[in-house]
Amino acid sequence: MMVVRTPSPRPDGERVGVRASAPLRRRHSLAMSLFLIIPLTLSLSPLARGEGTFPARIAISGDSIPDSLTGVAGDPVRGRAIVMDRQVGLCLLCHSGPFPETRFQGNLAPDLAGAGARWSEGQLRLRMVDASRFNPDTIMPSYYRIDGLQHVAKAYAGKPLLEAQEIEDIVAFLTTLKTTAAK
Amino acid sequence: MIFRVCLAVLAILTASQLQAGEIAPEQRRSAYDTMSAGTRAMQDDDMANPATLWVLDGEALWSQPAGATQKSCADCHGDAKISMKGRAARYPQFDATTGGVVDLEQQINYCRRERQKATPLAFESHELLALSAWVSLQSRGARIEASTDPAAQKAIEAGRRLFTERRGQLNLSCAQCHDDNWGRSLAGATIPQGHPNGYPLYRLEWQSLGSMRRRLRNCLSGMRAELWPQDAPEYDDLEIYLMSRASSLTMESPAVRP
Repeated sequence: MMVVRTPSPRPDGERVGVRASAPLRRRHSLAMSLFLIIPLTLSLSPLARGEGTFPARIAISGDSIPDSLTGVAGDPVRGRAIVMDRQVGLCLLCHSGPFPETRFQGNLAPDLAGAGARWSEGQLRLRMVDASRFNPDTIMPSYYRIDGLQHVAKAYAGKPLLEAQEIEDIVAFLTTLKTTAAK
Repeated sequence: MIFRVCLAVLAILTASQLQAGEIAPEQRRSAYDTMSAGTRAMQDDDMANPATLWVLDGEALWSQPAGATQKSCADCHGDAKISMKGRAARYPQFDATTGGVVDLEQQINYCRRERQKATPLAFESHELLALSAWVSLQSRGARIEASTDPAAQKAIEAGRRLFTERRGQLNLSCAQCHDDNWGRSLAGATIPQGHPNGYPLYRLEWQSLGSMRRRLRNCLSGMRAELWPQDAPEYDDLEIYLMSRASSLTMESPAVRP
């Protein structure tokens, strides 16, 4: 298990991840990997090399985040609504899924049908939090990662795409999608 | 046989100009090709194309005296149907006097300021779009040629870098959609290759004529990226790169797009 970066709450109460300058971060990760070289080798996880800054403490284990980000159970009904919301979840811009009531779904990414059969809850959580760990070239944004972004509009700077509880809601919804889409 | 060898050599030479991921000339398609029959019909018929309203105003402005000199465009350039033929297919251009890239709207404003001694027209104003639509109309059917001006290459390269650089909260680059995923469906809309062969154009979504710059700003907003100021050189670089990327396509200005 690897604990990634602890944020310090700002005096104004806003929770923002600790940002180090890029070279500093690289030096830091080099030092980390020197110290952790044995455990990393043992874990055999290709994902361990991906770092990341998140608005809150996240414990990544292998290719998943087993624990809830908030400790509050996700609401699958709310999760479905966020997935369908084109201004909030943005999911249907790229994905299609079992949403017969809405038209204009995307086909840039895998169909969400069967996502709950393909992945465990923890695997889905990490794929939402930071999809770039699995493919650095992915078009899927990292919904809970706030570093490595450039030229972000002021209104969104330093903020994750979704709040932790929204991610929990989506994960709770995705785990219910057990049936793969008919070809 | 010799002809085939020549063709093969030509193909290799052309390909070597392309960077990885870029669309090969034979695969380049205008967004017109993927539009619905209704939208195409609207573009094809000038009486149905809403851009005609701007074109008519532009035609009138062309011969209207303006500024301290009380000169009109026509006083220097004569009949636009002759003097402006094919011109828009070669903009943006590198301008030696300013040392920067100038697009068609900026060229119109340059003339206003320097030749007519008139106030430049505001970005996206009705008058500027009208003049630009009238001038661009004279390039309908003209083939876009990539600029061979050595001075323009630096700007084209800068544009290429901007096009492939990830930006915004969504962490996307232009190329991820328009080079890698054109033809696929983004929320039900077919992703176009992103060629600027119809500007200024009437976009149904805008219910208005708009410039390429407006479209670029829309994309940046969609990525939740910082917008550059209206007169930033980044737009010029992107625009000149996009024209070079669209070379061999035909101008459709003023086009209609969904």
